[in-house]
Amino acid sequence: MTVAPKREDYDVVVIGAGPAGLAAAATSAEAGLSTLLLDENIGPGGQVFRAISSTPVTDRNQLGADYWVGADLVQSLRASNAEVIHRATVWSLDRNLDIAVSIGGASAFVKARRVILATGALERPFPIPGWTLPGVMTAGAAQTMLKSSALVPDGRTVIAGQGPLLWLLAAQILRLGGRLDRILDTTERGNYFAALPHAFAFLTSPYFTKGLSMMREVKAKVQVVSGVTELAAAGDGQLASVSYVAGGKREIIPADLLLLHQGVVPNVNLAMAAGVEHRWDDLQLCWSPVLDASGNSSVSGIAIAGDGAGIGGANAAVVRGRIAARAAVEALAPAAAAKLPAMATLRSDLAKAERGRLFLDTLFRPAPQFRIPSGDTIVCRCEEVTAKDVLDSVAIGATGPNQLKAYRRTGMGPCQGRLCGLTVTELMAQARGKTPQEIGYYRLRAPVKPITLAELAAVPKSEADIKAVVRG
Amino acid sequence: MTRNVDAIVIGGGIHGCSTTLHLCLAGLKPVLIEKDYAGRHASGVNAGGVRQLARHIPEIPLSIRSMGIWERISDLLDDDCSFESYGQVLVAENEDELAVCRARVAELNALGFAHEELIDAAELRRLVPAVAETCPGGVVSRRDGAANPAQTTTAFRRKAERLGATVREGVAAGNIRHRDGLWHVDAGSESFAAPVLVNAAGAWAGKIAADLGEPVPVETVAPMLMITSRVPHFIDPVVILRGRKLSFKQFKNGTVLIGGGHLATPYQDRNETVLDWKSLATSAQTVFELFPVMRSATIVRAWAGIEAKMKDDIPVFGPSSRHKGLYHQFGFSLHGFQLGPGAGAVMAELIVNGGTQTRISDLGIDRFHPSTL
Repeated sequence: MTVAPKREDYDVVVIGAGPAGLAAAATSAEAGLSTLLLDENIGPGGQVFRAISSTPVTDRNQLGADYWVGADLVQSLRASNAEVIHRATVWSLDRNLDIAVSIGGASAFVKARRVILATGALERPFPIPGWTLPGVMTAGAAQTMLKSSALVPDGRTVIAGQGPLLWLLAAQILRLGGRLDRILDTTERGNYFAALPHAFAFLTSPYFTKGLSMMREVKAKVQVVSGVTELAAAGDGQLASVSYVAGGKREIIPADLLLLHQGVVPNVNLAMAAGVEHRWDDLQLCWSPVLDASGNSSVSGIAIAGDGAGIGGANAAVVRGRIAARAAVEALAPAAAAKLPAMATLRSDLAKAERGRLFLDTLFRPAPQFRIPSGDTIVCRCEEVTAKDVLDSVAIGATGPNQLKAYRRTGMGPCQGRLCGLTVTELMAQARGKTPQEIGYYRLRAPVKPITLAELAAVPKSEADIKAVVRG
Repeated sequence: MTRNVDAIVIGGGIHGCSTTLHLCLAGLKPVLIEKDYAGRHASGVNAGGVRQLARHIPEIPLSIRSMGIWERISDLLDDDCSFESYGQVLVAENEDELAVCRARVAELNALGFAHEELIDAAELRRLVPAVAETCPGGVVSRRDGAANPAQTTTAFRRKAERLGATVREGVAAGNIRHRDGLWHVDAGSESFAAPVLVNAAGAWAGKIAADLGEPVPVETVAPMLMITSRVPHFIDPVVILRGRKLSFKQFKNGTVLIGGGHLATPYQDRNETVLDWKSLATSAQTVFELFPVMRSATIVRAWAGIEAKMKDDIPVFGPSSRHKGLYHQFGFSLHGFQLGPGAGAVMAELIVNGGTQTRISDLGIDRFHPSTL
């Protein structure tokens, strides 16, 4: 069944139905603004609350209390007048706030007075030797299967990397009866000291006790190797083993499945393609949009909320969604803003939700050797470009990611740099002795997600073309 | 501190880079000033067509001159530029269009040009098996082909630098003035002086010309292109249509480039363009009708490069009509890429020898204001 948008113009179009998008759309609609929420998935929730309305996992403890917070957000959205369309892939947004969206194989165009981007986060690339082998996947992909289908690994499984989501996934796999053979923790030892000054804020954040008990739960059941400084996957056409170095000692263990995760980064593709200015975040080691306190970007009318605005986690995402929506209401229907929570209240909620973030960012800042590969390790999967290829191109004159395209086609494949962009920027920055900010990022282009030629051919044409046909 | 050089070239598109290289080959020491980086705009992101086919008659001699260089591009640049020569085919979709093609080829033949050849339905089908059955024929230019535009422009820049050119990227040329027989141009913290100034600044060239007292009817445009995911190999030549805006090219890696001159909205000051998807949909519709094999391909990216288009659709090329030592090379009006190698060679001849054997007399800026020298 195809559900096209009911109107051509909306006051507010929210893109993404994760925590930020759900909160933003509900807030905007409650204030009486015509609101359209477009989301790529089959139901609301985004990544963190994936399948919140449909998951077959019914024991609430297995996915954790935090997961079920999503159900309340969905409740308030459904109580509002927001129009919600799922399986709706926004493939173009421009500075005129014209939006192209693909729904059930047909594209529609809508125009917004304000756009709130809540496109969330992506997993950071983890370019180790062998990361492209079948049998190696991201922890996020594993979690998707777990939440939507209750599927857990049953072969020899190794999880490698670091960060809160890694421990959450490990705990969820174990609770659902999945198999975990070993956890390889790549957190740099030095990070513990660097993070110490920020520890107090973290100790008083809600993440602390939850995180600690989750790690304890996992460590009771699985061998955890900390201080891993080298990591490689090997196998002939299929993952067979994982080798690693910890404490100066190399070990090789057989494995059928390797789950990699070293944190998440803002999903910038749609925002960048719309012309939103981004800057390199030296702590989170990624591109983040330049935003004001209400989430407004450098493009007039486009605000960004949630992890797409800089990684802050689900609680912060909800508040950022409300702030961005309130700002939209203030701009479009000032009188209606009175019935929403005051901006000062929201900002103090946000400060609370963001407490401890600095600690997490510092502790889980990925080590250089896991971000910046060397030699034959693949950087760009779409075009099979290695780290050495990139460095060779730098040596003969490629100065940045966009110039590199002329040499190696990096970033020109279907993933549009999602799997290689950060690696290319950091690799070129290191090779040229520049900062990532100086090196820059790919210029991203619509369609942000591929659409078929047939679908594009079927969209309504411009008036001039229609007239030309009539004159025929 | 002013640095004296032999020539100052403004603009690192294929034209500026090619002229810089050819000046080096003639023994000069030029400086090339590019506000972004070489190939940032139209030169690096165009369709890469290396086309003599269907050109305006005044620029055909320059195009033929250029073709000879393209065919030896590796010798010139130590880089093959991914140049390939499978011809370019103009498809007539009906008998009326074929009649126009026939008249065009006859006109060229009468002028002594033989590169365009009328073809019937059978030859069209042989060259382009995937084309719709209903097309009665067209025109082919067999030596034509395509190259990778970013790779080519970068290769020109790189070779010029290797032969002694000074290249300044990321700094805009400013404060252009003529004093004591020399052109002075500032570039960031540096200042250059030379007896020769070449205005090859693409979409930004019209302003430079106007500031120097030679305004021309030029506008900034941004022709859109889109590229598909890889599809099985089905076509070698570049295909363009007689009656509709479409150009079509499959690369070795299977991706297909779809262009044809539908325009985006350029925001020149921000180096940005906003695409018009409804026009791109028209291109998609045309491909859908003519090449059924393409229907399930996916569009992975669309973009537009910023460039200058003259009111009469032919470039401004040659010496200034007002100032000694000033040369213009801009306004290539959506078809400048193929001309780049030849135009650089001819421009170097004009600068070094004061003349050229290649007929360019219809391209001068004096067509807009008669000589005052």
